[in-house]
Amino acid sequence: MDFDYSDDQKFLKDEARKFLAARCPSSVVRGVLDDPGKSYDAGLWRAVAEQGWLGAAIPERFNGLGLGRVELCAIAEELGRALAPIPFASTVYLLAEAVMAHGTETQKAAILPRIAAGQLIGCLATSEGPGVITSSVLQAKVDGGKLTGVKIPVTDGDAADMALVLANESGRPGLFLVDLRAGGVKVETLDSLDPTRGVARLTFDGAVADRLGEAGQGFALVQAILDRAAVLLAFEQLGGADRCLEMAREYALGRYAFGRVIAGYQAIKHKLADMYVRNEVARSNAYYAAWALNVDAPELPTAAAAARIAASDAFWFASKESVQVHGGMGFTWDVDCHLYYRRSRQLSLVAGAPKLWKERLVSELEKKNAA
Amino acid sequence: MDFNDSPDEAAYREKARVWLAENAAAHRAEHGEPGPTTPEHMAAAKAWQARKAAAGYACITWPAAFGGGGGTPIQSVIFGQEEAKAGVSYGYFTIGLGMCVPTVMAFGDDATKQRFVSPAVKGDEIWCQLFSEPAGGSDVAALRTRAVRDGDEWVINGQKVWTTGAHYSDYGIVLVRTDPDVPKHKGLTMFWIDMRDPAVERRPIHQMSGGRDFNEVYFTDLRIKDSQRLGAVGEGWKVALVTLMNERLAVGGSAGPDYRQVMELARGLPGAQGPALKDQAFRETLADWYVNSQGLKYTRFRTMTALSRGQTPGPESSIGKIISANQLQDLANTAVEAQDEYGVLTDPALAPMEAAFQQSLMWAPGLRIAGGTDEILKNIIAERVLGLPGDVRVDKDVAFKDMPTGR
Repeated sequence: MDFDYSDDQKFLKDEARKFLAARCPSSVVRGVLDDPGKSYDAGLWRAVAEQGWLGAAIPERFNGLGLGRVELCAIAEELGRALAPIPFASTVYLLAEAVMAHGTETQKAAILPRIAAGQLIGCLATSEGPGVITSSVLQAKVDGGKLTGVKIPVTDGDAADMALVLANESGRPGLFLVDLRAGGVKVETLDSLDPTRGVARLTFDGAVADRLGEAGQGFALVQAILDRAAVLLAFEQLGGADRCLEMAREYALGRYAFGRVIAGYQAIKHKLADMYVRNEVARSNAYYAAWALNVDAPELPTAAAAARIAASDAFWFASKESVQVHGGMGFTWDVDCHLYYRRSRQLSLVAGAPKLWKERLVSELEKKNAA
Repeated sequence: MDFNDSPDEAAYREKARVWLAENAAAHRAEHGEPGPTTPEHMAAAKAWQARKAAAGYACITWPAAFGGGGGTPIQSVIFGQEEAKAGVSYGYFTIGLGMCVPTVMAFGDDATKQRFVSPAVKGDEIWCQLFSEPAGGSDVAALRTRAVRDGDEWVINGQKVWTTGAHYSDYGIVLVRTDPDVPKHKGLTMFWIDMRDPAVERRPIHQMSGGRDFNEVYFTDLRIKDSQRLGAVGEGWKVALVTLMNERLAVGGSAGPDYRQVMELARGLPGAQGPALKDQAFRETLADWYVNSQGLKYTRFRTMTALSRGQTPGPESSIGKIISANQLQDLANTAVEAQDEYGVLTDPALAPMEAAFQQSLMWAPGLRIAGGTDEILKNIIAERVLGLPGDVRVDKDVAFKDMPTGR
């Protein structure tokens, strides 16, 4: 039984924590939060690229580090903890993973080395409006290799160089790589719940679209891509949830009311214990999903769903109750609680809300039981 | 990150499997599968324990000199997994070997250890733990059972409650008050006693679930020797903490239906719009249970990983009973409600899955209390894991006899 980070992975994680403590303190996060013109921190992005993290899981022949997915999970956990305001998830968990899993050699050679070098930012563009995107509401279409349609919201769409776009081609849904610097695209930055992560509307009018994976398999491809991304996002959520518990604990130990620290009152103690319980459930599910992702196990769909559900729940609970433990201070702009509260919403909403994943999980369990 | 045994662990597992395959078959041939709580069931349990002890599979981590296996914690976990798969397991020895005898080993003199440890390992003698009282549940140190010294003897009077297995136990460890003039934690002393002494009366408790799995135990002028003392006079609380440290491990997970059974039930159950399994609210709840069950399963794997690496496991296993007991209650209730009016029926011949959900519904409240209530477990996480301060103790410096009491 070896169901934990190895010593090397722990070392990598510790180094990542130290690096982010130095390079991504909350002032960097707030630099993006408070500047409407800034959708990510370019300095941090370059530094992360120099660390090699963007290519951590990219094979060495494409100039990546060629590490495993568990190493990438360890990095994700630390990025989540630090609330890193960079398009890492969109570029690495979505675009790079999608190209590695479904791309042709030509696509891999064109895209992966640029990602590893920090020269290409990616994004996933599926949604076109409120509610769940399904084949009956999908409007974007590709005709003769040219894309038209509107995608809103697109996380990191304003910073991205390349988008993965869900669109119909000859009436069948497909997934397409679109170079956002090649014209035929209008990019508008939008306000969002979490201003530390960029969001845009992308309007396509004849942009060149290069199909990724099989024709007609757009929704299946998106699901396969999200299965992988969900695992990595769960580690970001876990890192955030752990930090919320620590912040609430530190505050409760220093805050006096009725003559003693509030950390001594059972109403607070039990709240923090509840956070701990949820975080551990999230951690154990995330570890299992990391294993499934790393070895491409057939259990990945259920493992990813369970990890995403548990991590979404843990981060939501920890972030909202951390505000509560901080009392009035927690409701101010100046205390960091709301940064986590915002990020917990952003991470739960991107890549499919938990309700969808619960349905997916139960559907998978039904299949398994029927088999 | 993987789930594989190390080569040593794999070898041990293989050896255990071979032994279990042979011996479980031989055991079944000899004893059959007697119904629970029958004398034949007890006889079979003792025979199985003796068979394990002879092969070094009983109390695997204890020294061989005491009849144990001289093995490692991970070997103990591996054998437990394989034993469960082999379908032979009896609960009679869990409390004695998990909590009582380790206390005897830690605090008994050599003669006491020589006399008791090995027979307990072999299953010849069964032990129970007598701590809880009507006036001391979560606050065990508020107990009132009194021991008064009389020369080289002590005389015990009082009442214990919720004593698992008192009716079939041969010996017990009992925590009593020896000095009411000092604050509550300071006036306690631990002894071992003979449960078959006529001054010990055992009465089963009629639980809300209808069953009688626990006991009240009454002491009327029970005379014991001072040599039966475990630890110093007035040091009983420290001794009890050693016993209780083992309790979380001994009480462990919950038996009963899990998400699989509810899913199976809901598949065939008509709802207002098609099968209950197609109900959206039900599906979301089911997903939550699955996630929690997996969370506990893989948390146990994390604990095993620490043992496998020769490290001390982290505190993560403390989440187990808080989740499992509450989930059993919710799950049972949802399953009963899914049956609609029919859910009131408790006859195993009529109710789905032999009324497992109705039985769990009535059993779960006890599970949330036994071995540390939800509230105490959260205090433990808050104080020992998160390092938060203890509660205000208004009775800390008050002599026990001056403490306010209710009924």
